Amino acid sequence: MDRFFAQSVEFMPILLLGVKLTILVTIGSLAVSTVLGLIWALMRVSGIRVLAAISRTIVNVIRGIPIIVQLFYIYFVLPDFGITLTALQAAIIGLGIAYSAYQAENFRAGIEAIDHGQVEAAQSIGMGWSLMMRRVILPQAVRIVLPPYGNTMIMMLKDSSQASTITVAELALQGKLIASATFQNSTVFTLVALLYLTMSIPLILLVGWLEKRFGASQ
Amino acid sequence: MIELADVHKSFGSNHVIKGFSASVVKGEVVCIIGPSGSGKSTILRCINGLEQYDDGTIDIDGVRVDRRDRSIREIRTQVSMVFQRFNLFPHRTALENVTEGPIYVKREPREDAARRGRELLSRVGLADKEQAYPAALSGGQQQRVAIARALAMSPKAILFDEPTSSLDPELVGEVLGVMRSLAEDGMTMVVVTHEMGFAREVADRVLFLDQGLIAEEGPARELLTSPRNPRTQDFLKRVLHPM
Repeated sequence: MDRFFAQSVEFMPILLLGVKLTILVTIGSLAVSTVLGLIWALMRVSGIRVLAAISRTIVNVIRGIPIIVQLFYIYFVLPDFGITLTALQAAIIGLGIAYSAYQAENFRAGIEAIDHGQVEAAQSIGMGWSLMMRRVILPQAVRIVLPPYGNTMIMMLKDSSQASTITVAELALQGKLIASATFQNSTVFTLVALLYLTMSIPLILLVGWLEKRFGASQ
Repeated sequence: MIELADVHKSFGSNHVIKGFSASVVKGEVVCIIGPSGSGKSTILRCINGLEQYDDGTIDIDGVRVDRRDRSIREIRTQVSMVFQRFNLFPHRTALENVTEGPIYVKREPREDAARRGRELLSRVGLADKEQAYPAALSGGQQQRVAIARALAMSPKAILFDEPTSSLDPELVGEVLGVMRSLAEDGMTMVVVTHEMGFAREVADRVLFLDQGLIAEEGPARELLTSPRNPRTQDFLKRVLHPM
């Protein structure tokens, strides 16, 4: 046990560098996936057939390709087309796109759960589509969407480790590097696991609170 | 003011409206009665473009109603609608429900809209409820807020789609009372209703709709007390004496 603590003190600064990148990737890709997901969802419910079809296709293509392959594609293939991104940029964009499909489905479900009477009431006072979305539908959909959104946040935190496959030195990769250099596998990966858990706990509590605040019982 | 000529509407193979023609003049109160499924609500929903009719014409003060055209928004601000199930915005207070249209659709200054909104709420007897959310209001109160919301658009006419059908019986009176006072103030109203008492007392004219056609129409008192068409007679007998 003493050795564990001694090694922890030694490894922690390096692992914390990884933590910083993990948080950066998570927050960045969360933002990208939220914006894109909202765009796909709004296209889907726009009532314009072409937009809905494009959105459905995008979502299905994204869902049908493993995240790791999407990351490889963005980081290793896009340069062939003259688009060169840093590993961090590629990770944020790649994870953001990959998760936008799930965000879109969540947002769409939330929007479609709103009673159609709300649409008619908005129309009957002369609202157009975008005003209705902004003032009537989305504010109500948020309440439905938030609890599953919290779960997505937790999943994204963990899936940010996939960025290690394109050389982003986030927590999982830092751990692997230390472990292969020192052979202290049990100490290193215990620390890595504890750090992920530490970051997840506030999110888990947040989800619990959101479900209580906005969940089905309300 | 509202002109309907030979309006047809089908849902799939179900021909709901089979050539509806009528006109409503300014200040007139017209009640549409008839058995369920006769197309009463559908015709009302066609007037402000919540449904697109298939054939015929509907004009509001000479402007053609076309759900697919941008002009429909302008028409809807002139012809408001009150729904059977109120359809208040649950995430906004009573006052916000009333001022939503004036502020965001008509772009009136907030203070003016709020002042007018308070006047309208007190007009429907809910001056003390302006900060209440719909969930905290009774059905009758919600429907009165909905009427205030419709009035806030300063419409030329208001369409009522069975406004008391989802209310507990003891709450019907307060809503009908507000509607009666609107009628007395000269508001043009088209009311789909099962409240024969209201139709007799308040309406100028009654249309009896049966199977997508006007089976009989006439002055309210006359049609409701001495209907000529056997189907009207039968319908009224069943509504007025359900046992």
